[in-house]
Amino acid sequence: MLDALGEPQSVLVLGGTSEIALATIKEMPRHRLRRVLLAGRPSESLDAAVAQLKALNIAGVESIEFDAKNTGTHGAIIDAAFDTSDIDVVILAFGVLGDQMTAEEDPSHAVEIATVNYTGSVSAGLHIARRLKNQGHGTLVVLSSVAGDRARRSNFVYGSTKAGLDAFAQGLDAALEKTGAHVLIVRPGFVRTRMTSHLPEAPMTTNPEDVAKIIVSALKKGKSTVYAPGPLRFVMAGLKTLPKPLFRKLPS
Amino acid sequence: MSEAVATQLSGWGRTMPTVAQLVEANSSRQIADLITQSSSRGVLARGLGRSYGDAAQSGGATVIDMTTMTDFSLNPDSMSVTADAGASIDSILREIVPRGFFVPVSAGTRIITVGGAIAADIHGKNHHRDGSFGAHVTEMVVIDGLGEQHTLTPKDPKFWATIGGMGLTGIITRATFTVIPIQSSYICVDTERAKTLDSVMSSMMERDHEYRYTVAWIDSVSSSGRGVITRGDHASIAQCNSEGIKDPESYDPKNIATAPGLVPRGLLNKLSVRAFNEGWYRKHPRSRTGELQRIGAFFHPLDGVQDWNRIYGPRGFLQYQFQVPDTASDLVGVALSKLREIGAPSFLTVLKRFGPGNQGPLSFPQSGWTLAADLPAGISDLGRTLDELDERVSAVGGRLYLAKDSRQSPANFARTYPRLDEWRGIRDTMDPNHVFASDLSRRLEI
Repeated sequence: MLDALGEPQSVLVLGGTSEIALATIKEMPRHRLRRVLLAGRPSESLDAAVAQLKALNIAGVESIEFDAKNTGTHGAIIDAAFDTSDIDVVILAFGVLGDQMTAEEDPSHAVEIATVNYTGSVSAGLHIARRLKNQGHGTLVVLSSVAGDRARRSNFVYGSTKAGLDAFAQGLDAALEKTGAHVLIVRPGFVRTRMTSHLPEAPMTTNPEDVAKIIVSALKKGKSTVYAPGPLRFVMAGLKTLPKPLFRKLPS
Repeated sequence: MSEAVATQLSGWGRTMPTVAQLVEANSSRQIADLITQSSSRGVLARGLGRSYGDAAQSGGATVIDMTTMTDFSLNPDSMSVTADAGASIDSILREIVPRGFFVPVSAGTRIITVGGAIAADIHGKNHHRDGSFGAHVTEMVVIDGLGEQHTLTPKDPKFWATIGGMGLTGIITRATFTVIPIQSSYICVDTERAKTLDSVMSSMMERDHEYRYTVAWIDSVSSSGRGVITRGDHASIAQCNSEGIKDPESYDPKNIATAPGLVPRGLLNKLSVRAFNEGWYRKHPRSRTGELQRIGAFFHPLDGVQDWNRIYGPRGFLQYQFQVPDTASDLVGVALSKLREIGAPSFLTVLKRFGPGNQGPLSFPQSGWTLAADLPAGISDLGRTLDELDERVSAVGGRLYLAKDSRQSPANFARTYPRLDEWRGIRDTMDPNHVFASDLSRRLEI
């Protein structure tokens, strides 16, 4: 349960190695944390993520097995997590960037990106929503992306999965109205992570810690959409209305 | 059976709402059915929602609104009232005060139910001599976690597990409690202004036993800890006559105002609270004796302003109330100065002496001091500061009041209620499947 000051007792991360999700947990008030579940495919990096949080004396950190593509298993995994105790915050953080050029040459790579980022999120998101609704409280944090705001030549396969995910999350938030459960959509710009380390940085680049601060503050305030950094909201509003010929002339 | 409606519920502090299936109570039979047919989220009874934190809400559960069953009757011969759990103290007072009786214990609000008064084991300004509400209950009917109805008396450990049990042992449907005879609806009040916290506390130590009721308001903004002590007893007819009061038995408290629905953040800030505290201190004379006040003005001054909890704005507020033994009376001053350090503006800071506790394993009051401060939830550093205070309070054998708590840790709760395991043992016989659950019980892992 959240306490009166909004401090969570339990957090579930789907995509347990996500740097943004881990930074978010580190940024959260820790006094009341009792249970932190990092869900992902068993791997050294998942173990390292658990160790990283344990080293900070965060209580109740454990990993659970979860594969975004294996949607048939989502229900049982999420039920097991919620059956033990209520979960205050769920962070839907898994996703792959993929490679645009490879995807265009080999559509099966595009399918892979779409399956993880969109299909996997829809499946997990609906199971989570069912359980949040059942417990009458809790927030689902969805890591979307500005890449979904307007498709770009350079990354539209990834961008389209995030656009789909974003639309799904908006609708899910509406579906959860008056159930006590909420959805927080986070739309980061370029974030310095493993996923983007091979790419040239874009303007308004941030670090996972910056995004984490924005997420924790938004959770406390009960917001439903945030950009990271915040002013990207206005940049994207501008880009979305830019005429096509102009938009396409922008550096990708 | 009445229909369940998904409803957002919160405590009086309005801090952490959750959504439950709210059902109006209409019979013991229906309540038993709701218990036996409950979902895995469980069942909880709710009264008038005056507990500050998360005691009367339960996310996803079936929450039974008890305020639809409100019958009660006064038995003047045995000097007792038998009431449905959902009957309010307000409605009972309106009936019994004109007939010359008063409730044995009155909290700071009369807008509470009998069931809630028992579940929280409320205390009042007379705790130092009369104990808490549960000490005056002679019998109650409780429906347990298997849907079975029991009539409990003080001889039964289940009775005491239910006193202060926060609704987690069963649903109280009916109770009988003793009432006290009074001659008038007035209280004869003596007021004393004291310039320092030490002088407030020593005066209370020396003179509390001379009065049935006593309480001190503390100026939380002033570093002196100055305060105003008010003490009183029920006024006799003769006292009322000599003051020229024409209707000494009439009793009809009214709302004098309603707080507005939308209050901006930060209305209560250091400046406005400082001004209030200064004014409130100055309003009282250095010393006054024999003033006659109406029951409502003396016991329930805030009930005159409907929905006063809204003045804290959208983020809500919490009340920090702790008890410490006399040997640790310095913690009262420590708490006041720590809260002042972080600029926590409290305009309602109340200090009171407790007499001995009762047999209830989870009943809050124990001998010593109790301090209560209302605090806006948005203050920075509030969580850390209160955690530090929790440590200090628990180290000396003190504890927090569950009807006010909205933020202590499960470990702090378990440490400060040493009879928790004994209580759990009784609870497990009354509710083996843990059907009764609240957000409080989940948060504190009760």
